[in-house]
Amino acid sequence: MVNFGYTTLPTHIHDMDKADLGLADSISFEDSSFNLCIACGSCTSTCTAGAFTNFSFRQMCHQIKRGENSQAIAESEKCMLCGKCTLACPRNVNTRNIIRLVRKANQTI
Amino acid sequence: MSKTVAIIGGGIAGLETSIQLEKLGYDVTLYEKDKALGGHAGKWDRLFPNRRHATEVIDSLTSRIKDKVQINLAATVNQIKRENGSFLVEANGKSQKADAIVLTTGFELFPANKKEEYGYGIFENVITSAELESMFSSNGKPLMTNGNNPAKVAFIHCVGSRDEKVNRPYCSKVCCVTAVKQAIEVKEAIPTSDVYCFYMDLRMFGPGYEDLYKEAQVKGVNFIRGRLSETSEMEGGRVLIKAEDTLSSKPLKMTVDMVVLMVGMSPLPSTEKLLKDLEITPNNDGFVQVKDYHLEPTHTEADGVFVAGACTGPNNITDSVNAAHTAALEVHKYLTSE
Amino acid sequence: MNLHAVQIPFHPFVLPFTIGLIFLVFYIVGKWIYWVSQFSWEDKKKIIRGFFSLKTPQAIWEVFMESLLHRKVFRRNALLGYMHMSLAFGWFLLIVFGNLETRFFTHGRINPPYIPIFFEFFEHDLTSLDYGRFFTFTMDLLLLFVLSGVGLAYFKRFRSKPLGMKNTTKHSTIDRLALTALWLIFPLRLLAESVTAGLYDAGGFITNSIGTFMMTFLPIQHFYYPSWWAYSIALGAFFVFIPFTRYMHIPTEILLIFLRKYGIVEKAIHSTYTQVELSSCSRCGICIDACQLGSDLGIVSTQSTYLIKSIRYDQPTEKLIDSCMACTRCDQLCPVGIDIASIRANERKMIQLFQENSYKYINGYEYKKAKVAYFAGCMGHLTPSVYKATLALFKKAGVDYNFIDRDGSICCGRPLQLAGQEDAAKQLIEKNIKLIENCGATVLVTSCPICAKVFTDSYKLKIPIYHHSQYLLMLAKEKKLKFEKSDLQITYHDPCELGRGLGVYDEPRELLGMAGKLIESANSRENSLCCGGSLGITNISHEQRNTIASITLSELAADKADVVATACPLCKKTFKSASENVRIADISEIMLDAVQENANKIQSEFVQEKEIETIHN
Repeated sequence: MVNFGYTTLPTHIHDMDKADLGLADSISFEDSSFNLCIACGSCTSTCTAGAFTNFSFRQMCHQIKRGENSQAIAESEKCMLCGKCTLACPRNVNTRNIIRLVRKANQTI
Repeated sequence: MSKTVAIIGGGIAGLETSIQLEKLGYDVTLYEKDKALGGHAGKWDRLFPNRRHATEVIDSLTSRIKDKVQINLAATVNQIKRENGSFLVEANGKSQKADAIVLTTGFELFPANKKEEYGYGIFENVITSAELESMFSSNGKPLMTNGNNPAKVAFIHCVGSRDEKVNRPYCSKVCCVTAVKQAIEVKEAIPTSDVYCFYMDLRMFGPGYEDLYKEAQVKGVNFIRGRLSETSEMEGGRVLIKAEDTLSSKPLKMTVDMVVLMVGMSPLPSTEKLLKDLEITPNNDGFVQVKDYHLEPTHTEADGVFVAGACTGPNNITDSVNAAHTAALEVHKYLTSE
Repeated sequence: MNLHAVQIPFHPFVLPFTIGLIFLVFYIVGKWIYWVSQFSWEDKKKIIRGFFSLKTPQAIWEVFMESLLHRKVFRRNALLGYMHMSLAFGWFLLIVFGNLETRFFTHGRINPPYIPIFFEFFEHDLTSLDYGRFFTFTMDLLLLFVLSGVGLAYFKRFRSKPLGMKNTTKHSTIDRLALTALWLIFPLRLLAESVTAGLYDAGGFITNSIGTFMMTFLPIQHFYYPSWWAYSIALGAFFVFIPFTRYMHIPTEILLIFLRKYGIVEKAIHSTYTQVELSSCSRCGICIDACQLGSDLGIVSTQSTYLIKSIRYDQPTEKLIDSCMACTRCDQLCPVGIDIASIRANERKMIQLFQENSYKYINGYEYKKAKVAYFAGCMGHLTPSVYKATLALFKKAGVDYNFIDRDGSICCGRPLQLAGQEDAAKQLIEKNIKLIENCGATVLVTSCPICAKVFTDSYKLKIPIYHHSQYLLMLAKEKKLKFEKSDLQITYHDPCELGRGLGVYDEPRELLGMAGKLIESANSRENSLCCGGSLGITNISHEQRNTIASITLSELAADKADVVATACPLCKKTFKSASENVRIADISEIMLDAVQENANKIQSEFVQEKEIETIHN
């Protein structure tokens, strides 16, 4: 390729034809409560870590569902596993388990 | 000799069923556990979507009841027994015969103290939507416990609805539009106030509801897509609330003067006992199970027992009136086919 | 045969037994030497120091009480205890009396070990000898004692409930083979001795009667050698099986008792002590019934005994390691006293999921300054009635407190510990220690037992740490709070982390006793049930947690308590989610209801400062 001295911006649309949904599939296979989120944000707003940094459990799950796995995995590290979000979730998403599954995916990558 | 129908519950559905059955020539015994007719609607100030006074509706219903309806107020039905093809209804120690039963027992408002993190019963300026209605009835506007006008009011949708942590997994249907109605009313009563609605999804399913939502937007009600997670108390009885602003993916905190919890409709515990007597199993949400959700929505599994109104699940007034008409007709068919 | 002769009698049938025994003795001695040599220098010093101290006779006493009499099993179920005791103690007595008998009749000669075991073979009629009747009677009685235990063990295979066990351990093939050998030993001994007694009209009240009876319809002379051979083979086979089966627990438990007495404990990773503990598990299955995952959810393949077995022989699966609420109920009930909780915790540590700098984003944060620091904890913010009631009581008592994490805190680190994330937990702990130290508190009170547990065990703070129930009791004892006792019936639920975790059982009870009448539920204190909300487990669903909570709550409310008192925000939330009908309130809420309005008001205004000082000291 000829170097023209500039690069194209990364795409700003979710290209679901190319998205890597492998992680989403494996998590929902291991713990189907992953699919139950209704994006109410209770987990994020009650989050102990979220008071200090821009960690959002809801967003992390959403990123995985859109194939943005590396961002999600990087985010998941900020969680303190305190379990408050589990108590807040109206859909009984097994949040701590999902964090562990995401962290495990980090180890295998 | 005309036949008798017992109607358990004197709310919208019970009143309408009584009117229709009386018109069809039946003797009606109406049992109401409260001292007044009208049920929950009777305690409401104004109704969505057109904000007419609730008393208009209740008065219209009660005025159409004639003398073939025996009204028993402050009458709690303790037991219903089957006897020789008819029923014996026992209330306040007195038993009366009935040839058919219509359950119009309604619902109870979700007990908001079950959602401890929302601070109801703990923080003084956290109230329920029903309490806000009473404030409108008595003062025409909401007031903080210290007597001041609230400058900032937050409406919290889905309290005791769509929440499996309190075993209310269903949507209560009417709270969204009620919140929008009340938000407008707060804005009108205290024009300087800031009003926020915290919602998960806005379910504006009825005629005029979406218009009401638009009206609220025009009048400056703020809508934040996020569910309340926790509250704490600040100086002067103000309340700090936390939610995620999911549309910008950031946690959000806000100090408000008043939090209004939009409590959902819950199954009434006393209905459960009657269902046991009549051998009817409740549905998954704890409401009365109807025989066929699509085709026989006012029948129950039990012969001669019919049902109408919010004891079958969250309903608005229109739903209840419709169900009451159907139930009356089905009772008539049942009693004439024997 | 003449035992008085100098020549020691012999018969080839004793070989299976003798070879088995020699193998076993060499194996055990070798293994013990190996284990002891593998201990760290630190532990070795403890062993040497302990050996020459009073701890040795204490350990011998414990070996007698536990390995032989099975006192702990007795406490759990008398029949089960009897079964274990008759097998262990009965067999032990048979050996002791057998040796005495042989020694007596051989005039103190040291005999090879097979002589006392097969004495009846070599000496048919003892009744003519001095004290012969006494010995034959005693040996028969002891045999009957052991056989009654074997009988119960057979029975337990088919119906375990009368022995207090709902579930019994699922054993592997080699364990079953060893079990078969064990079960055959004593019936074969009975057969061999009876046949001998029948043929020679000897033996005691049992062997003689059976032998004489058999003679009436059986050609028992043909059974004579085969029965002794079979008995010897069963014994030999069992001995050879021991090192490879759960029966290794018999010799290892003795070593374990000594090591434990000498002060050796589980480390932060598996150690030689773990090896000893793993081999000490008899797979009795008591931990299976203790586990609510089994009793409430029907998960009966992940209990401690299976984990221990799996670590001993191969690699436990992730599911096996993770499927535990860390309630430590089984820990308390284990008759061998294996530190199951630490073994599982160490097993969980093998996978570290977080990075070294996962929480670098926490900086520049401060807690509020305080004298008496109140810490609600993460979960505590979801139960505002708990902290509100606690702080209202503090105010009434005139405590100079501050709610240091009112605007939030970092997590205490305990939830990470419970998930085995030790490295990540350490980061949070270090950061939190600084935050707490910087707030200047002289005492730390928390409403969360999960926080209290890690504050106490891992923080090494220089200030005293109290759960709010402990602190409120102190205030009551200092007469700063007075309560009016009503006829409210209260059942107290021991949170796992506060009760078994920190040993705080009495203070909450004493405090609640000032407000109403305390009713104990069927399983309380060390045996209390978990609420199901446990942070120790991630692989069960909310519905499963609700099931556990409902069952626990129905037991707590069974005695018609007006209120179930909790002392943990997580327990409270979990119970409330599972029940609509039972009133659930934190201990602080109940105490606030019971507090006398103007109690000590004047006093507290004047001596507040001074009294706070005394509390802190």
